[in-house]
Amino acid sequence: MSPANGAFGANGHVVIVGASLAGLRAAEALREGGFQGRLTLVGDEPYEPYDRPPLSKQVLTGQAAPESIALPRASGLDAEWRLGTPAVGLDLAGKRVRLADGDELGFDRVLIATGTRARPWPNPEEAALVGVVTVRGRDDTVRLRHELAAGPRRVLVIGAGFTGSEIASACRGLGLPVTVTERAATPLAGALGGTIGAVAARLQREYGVDLRCGVSVTSLEGDDAGHVRRAHLDDGTTLEIDVAVVALGAQRNTEWLRNSGLGAGPRGVACDAGCRVFDMYGIVTDDIFAAGDVARSPHPLFGFEFLALEHWSNAIEQAEVAAHNMLHAESERRPYLHVPTFWSFQFGVSIKSAGVPPLGDQVVIVQGSADEPRFVALYGHHGRTVAAVTFDQGKWLEFYVNQIEGAAPFPPQYRNVAQPESRQVLQAEFPDPALPTEGPMIVRTGHSPTERAWTLMPARGGRR
Amino acid sequence: MKLMTMRIVVDLNRCQGYGQCVFLAPGVFELHGEEALMYDPGPEEEQLIPVVRAAAACPVRAIRVERPGQQA
Repeated sequence: MSPANGAFGANGHVVIVGASLAGLRAAEALREGGFQGRLTLVGDEPYEPYDRPPLSKQVLTGQAAPESIALPRASGLDAEWRLGTPAVGLDLAGKRVRLADGDELGFDRVLIATGTRARPWPNPEEAALVGVVTVRGRDDTVRLRHELAAGPRRVLVIGAGFTGSEIASACRGLGLPVTVTERAATPLAGALGGTIGAVAARLQREYGVDLRCGVSVTSLEGDDAGHVRRAHLDDGTTLEIDVAVVALGAQRNTEWLRNSGLGAGPRGVACDAGCRVFDMYGIVTDDIFAAGDVARSPHPLFGFEFLALEHWSNAIEQAEVAAHNMLHAESERRPYLHVPTFWSFQFGVSIKSAGVPPLGDQVVIVQGSADEPRFVALYGHHGRTVAAVTFDQGKWLEFYVNQIEGAAPFPPQYRNVAQPESRQVLQAEFPDPALPTEGPMIVRTGHSPTERAWTLMPARGGRR
Repeated sequence: MKLMTMRIVVDLNRCQGYGQCVFLAPGVFELHGEEALMYDPGPEEEQLIPVVRAAAACPVRAIRVERPGQQA
């Protein structure tokens, strides 16, 4: 194959900062696209790229070993690896990435794919107690597995987003007593809204989870040896626990870009629909690209609002678009049009989603029944279908992806298989976006590429 | 670099829980409930043939496998 894009394609140097799913996929796509130059992947963790979804599922339950989750292709890629070495800065004018060990990597093009990290427990002393863990990476999961193997009296999961709910499910699978606390009225409220979240709440309780919604954990208390033993809630109750899993959503890894002159902040790295990063004035750069959880980009299907998507498929699809656009002249560039999709397996149910549920203010069950629970729910906004969520009905999702892409009317006019007798349109009941919840996985970040004002600060006294 | 172990990744957006893989490689793939597929991403070598068959039988081509010893 002839090298893509002339001299750059033959001899250029691409630096990919972030060696996880998006970084790896971009590297593969660059090679598949004919890039013959130098390729360097920088990662803060010492491990080659691995798949994160099993961490809160098979790895926790022991079905899979933590070292077995390395992604296919990672070791065979023609690339230089700088693993265990975080990037600490980016020099836009000099086109260099600075690494923590003092090295600098010059680049012709760079991909920012530094992803997110778990939001830590806001009180650092309590967060340092043994038995207080977050789950984002391999090391965290190994720590939690170790704690669970010790046979804790009770596991507390703080935050009932997807990660927290999956961990609670895994703990119940191991036969451990579990309490889940959630500030919103239901689990998954930030991602699916309270109406569908109520179904998730019922599932949790059926599986024996002590689910407490509308409460916050105010403090964690340790014993003399520094191991967590108690949790205090804002309704006055105290829980006797031996493990506290902090599942309060994600924070974007953009601190290393501070003062870089790029449009990067707590809400992510702003890029255009072709993954090219904006500078702090909202001007698009030529050689800086972003993909994966850390990127926020205007989505053509959803009014060009900037969305940050914390999804597995987003990491892959966006990385492919970024790689393509790195290699092609402007007349051949591709926009990122992928309809967001994700899945979560918990309490024996497969939950899948397409589109952007938090854009919807209304929801209607169009197939099946929430009582089983086996159903398809559609989300609507201003008479338009913007998302579909299935519980154990994943086979229908592709049909609804087409409806979302086609801006189909809401509520839908067509008839379905297994249609309920009445299609009652309900309020979706998403929590006030100003209230911090567990992290919705799709974050609406406004229409401005340089929006940096919004930031989530933990309330005083350790409350979240 | 040669791969030392088999590696599997399943695109679970694509997976619809047909369960062909569960029948063909029961030690590697299992369904929790009706369609939540859990799998061992790095199974033992003796699972290779069942896993390759499972990947080939997947109606939605969601399973990606790399064999040990393969130039990855």
